[in-house]
Amino acid sequence: MDEKMITADVFTANSIDEKLMLGNEAVAQGAWEAGVRVVTSYPGTPSTEITEVIAHFPEINVQWAPNEKVACEVAFGASLGGARSMTCMKHVGVNVAADPIFTAAYTGVNGGMVIVVADDPAMHSSQNEQDSRYYARAAHIPMLEPSDSRECAAFAKLAFQMSEELDTPIFLRLTTRIAHARSVTPVGERTEAALKPYQKDMMKNVMMPAMAKKRHLHVEQRETFLKEAANRMPINVVKMRETSVGIITSGACYEYVRDALPYASTLKLGMVYPLPMKLIREFASKVERLIVVEELEGLMEKDIAAAGIAVEGKKYTGIQGELSVEKLKNVLNGEPMPEIHTQELPGRPPVLCPGCPHRGVFYTLNKLNMRVMGDIGCYTLAALPPLSAIDACLCMGASIGMASGMERAQGKAFSKSTVAVLGDSTFIHSGITSLVDAVYNQESITVIILDNRITGMTGHQQNPATGFDIHHQPAPQLNLEKLAESCGVTDVRIVDPFDLKAMEKAVREAAANETVSVIIARRPCALLDKTVHPSCRIEGCKNCGACMKLTCPAIERAEGGVRINPALCIGCGMCVQVCPFKAIKSGEDA
Amino acid sequence: MSKVQFDLVIVGVGGQGTLLASKILGRLALSENCGVKVSEVHGMSQRGGSVITHVRVGDKVHAPMVSVGQADYLVSFEALEAARAAAFLKKDGVAIVNVQRISPMPVIIGAAKYPENPLSVLDGHRVEQADALGLAIEAGSQKALNLVLLGMLSKHLPFGEQAWHEAIAACVPKKTLSVNLDAFAKGRALVA
Repeated sequence: MDEKMITADVFTANSIDEKLMLGNEAVAQGAWEAGVRVVTSYPGTPSTEITEVIAHFPEINVQWAPNEKVACEVAFGASLGGARSMTCMKHVGVNVAADPIFTAAYTGVNGGMVIVVADDPAMHSSQNEQDSRYYARAAHIPMLEPSDSRECAAFAKLAFQMSEELDTPIFLRLTTRIAHARSVTPVGERTEAALKPYQKDMMKNVMMPAMAKKRHLHVEQRETFLKEAANRMPINVVKMRETSVGIITSGACYEYVRDALPYASTLKLGMVYPLPMKLIREFASKVERLIVVEELEGLMEKDIAAAGIAVEGKKYTGIQGELSVEKLKNVLNGEPMPEIHTQELPGRPPVLCPGCPHRGVFYTLNKLNMRVMGDIGCYTLAALPPLSAIDACLCMGASIGMASGMERAQGKAFSKSTVAVLGDSTFIHSGITSLVDAVYNQESITVIILDNRITGMTGHQQNPATGFDIHHQPAPQLNLEKLAESCGVTDVRIVDPFDLKAMEKAVREAAANETVSVIIARRPCALLDKTVHPSCRIEGCKNCGACMKLTCPAIERAEGGVRINPALCIGCGMCVQVCPFKAIKSGEDA
Repeated sequence: MSKVQFDLVIVGVGGQGTLLASKILGRLALSENCGVKVSEVHGMSQRGGSVITHVRVGDKVHAPMVSVGQADYLVSFEALEAARAAAFLKKDGVAIVNVQRISPMPVIIGAAKYPENPLSVLDGHRVEQADALGLAIEAGSQKALNLVLLGMLSKHLPFGEQAWHEAIAACVPKKTLSVNLDAFAKGRALVA
């Protein structure tokens, strides 16, 4: 291993222009400049745009994968085949991809391989606040963390270089405030990385106990080497200012520290695993107080304390949510926290769009008083009042397993009023194996696949069931009904969720029978179907409130009745079906 | 590097086009040799929820978000959202507000009331308010709402009209440029 390759200055390359780029765009730019050839990912906020931007570079083979594990395995195969490869995911995606990741740390790489992971402190669009830095420690994979878009591009390039030099995949960690923030980024030309020759090498690439024992030694040697070299890496930067306080930090937190405590000396870590302990010890010796400022878990603080260095951190910043300039001024400088009084204002939670086909499904499930095992997608919003139609939501694809587990706990009679609900993309991501399990173990559950012909929540990405690839070119289309049948499901129904009568009939019958049932509620996302229908009208409203149960943003309580907001109504006609007095008219009938 | 320095927040309801406004502002700042950082919201809250974008312009900008009480400008696409974000404004900060009211779900179902005078929390600040949606429709598209508001804002910022036009042209589709420039001019004409 050549230390010069790792300790070279990543900012010296000649740029030809500068652009205002999202952190995600800059990662894509940096990877392109580094000569990446294969990129494959499953969308997930806040990581999605990296792969979308990559799709604009004709030199790169880029596709959506059905889930993060597959994406990671394809990226690994591409690396084995000699190409520089990358896969991008949100923090919880690493859980799905963890299996190949941990062992790829043993095999190492051929072409450089970079795993981008975007954490979401404060859970802007996530179900938990897990800290991906744990994965770097657990898998012994080095992790870089940029603090702005300029570093996103530069660190992406460095990551490929390190990957090949150290013979390991490299993690590039972002957080929401880096991925979705724009800052000025120098851009350069692409340097083609030659395709490396492939050579069969059982000792390196076949991980059975005898070989893995040898490769585990390599993992340890590599980490020992990097721990030492880290002390000289130019991306770990000491800046001495006043010596009363020294702050060790990284990523977005570095930017908060510079604004909140401009006087403080800083050690900014560009690599957050492994840590440059000599450099840290030296920095600690020059300051009176040493504080680690890190979001989520106190990982760096614990490592530094374990090295016998006096350090503080989490007792001020806590492990919840995001940090900010205001919070650091408050907890480290004793300045008052600025107050925001918005409690008396009505909240504005996100809602299912007007004309969303999911609404017909959840309206029906509420009407039939079903327990709903939910899943991850736009439709998770149906859990919020006033729909309040979802009982549980855990992770991608969990709805089916949860429904099976409920049946095993409470019996088949109980199961007749329980359904699993998940989207098309979520089903393909990790619902299929749970469906196989339910059939195999002779459950009687009902699974509703909300097939809106797109991956919706992350902003309309194609998936295997849409019939198009990432470039919007035709692709072989996965047939969900045939897939369900081949899993052994004998009761498969396809329903238009706008047809509330048909929907209700399907749910009643499917729930009542003794076998696993799959209902495919098929209707394109309201934002995808550009057909304009005239909006619905109300004449002679009796103010019964039946239409309010749809919880459509276009139907609003007004003086003496309800009002349909023509600016929002897209004329889906579901309210026409639920009005018992026929007071709502379809716009088509005008 | 330019000496221009200001903090700005843009708020509205998901789907109103706040991201295009921040994109144009960012582009403009860059073309005028200013340091700039923009922090956006993508994902779940875009589905009709409250959205906020932070824009920080200046040589020594570090954090991509504006601190509470530090915004020189608040640009709001909706009245209730202006009230929600009022605390971001500095004492002498200026609010640019589209007076349009969009009912959030608690109001739609009758569980809460839309405040009668949401902009009262901005009393003491300079508030430029207008029916920006109406002006956008006059200009040819309700989607040009963001350009009316940027037109109003433009009178407060130290950038020339030509630079604004170039930034707009770089960020909007060609076929919508004339409508967008018209909407921008209508907003600009509102502010003395």
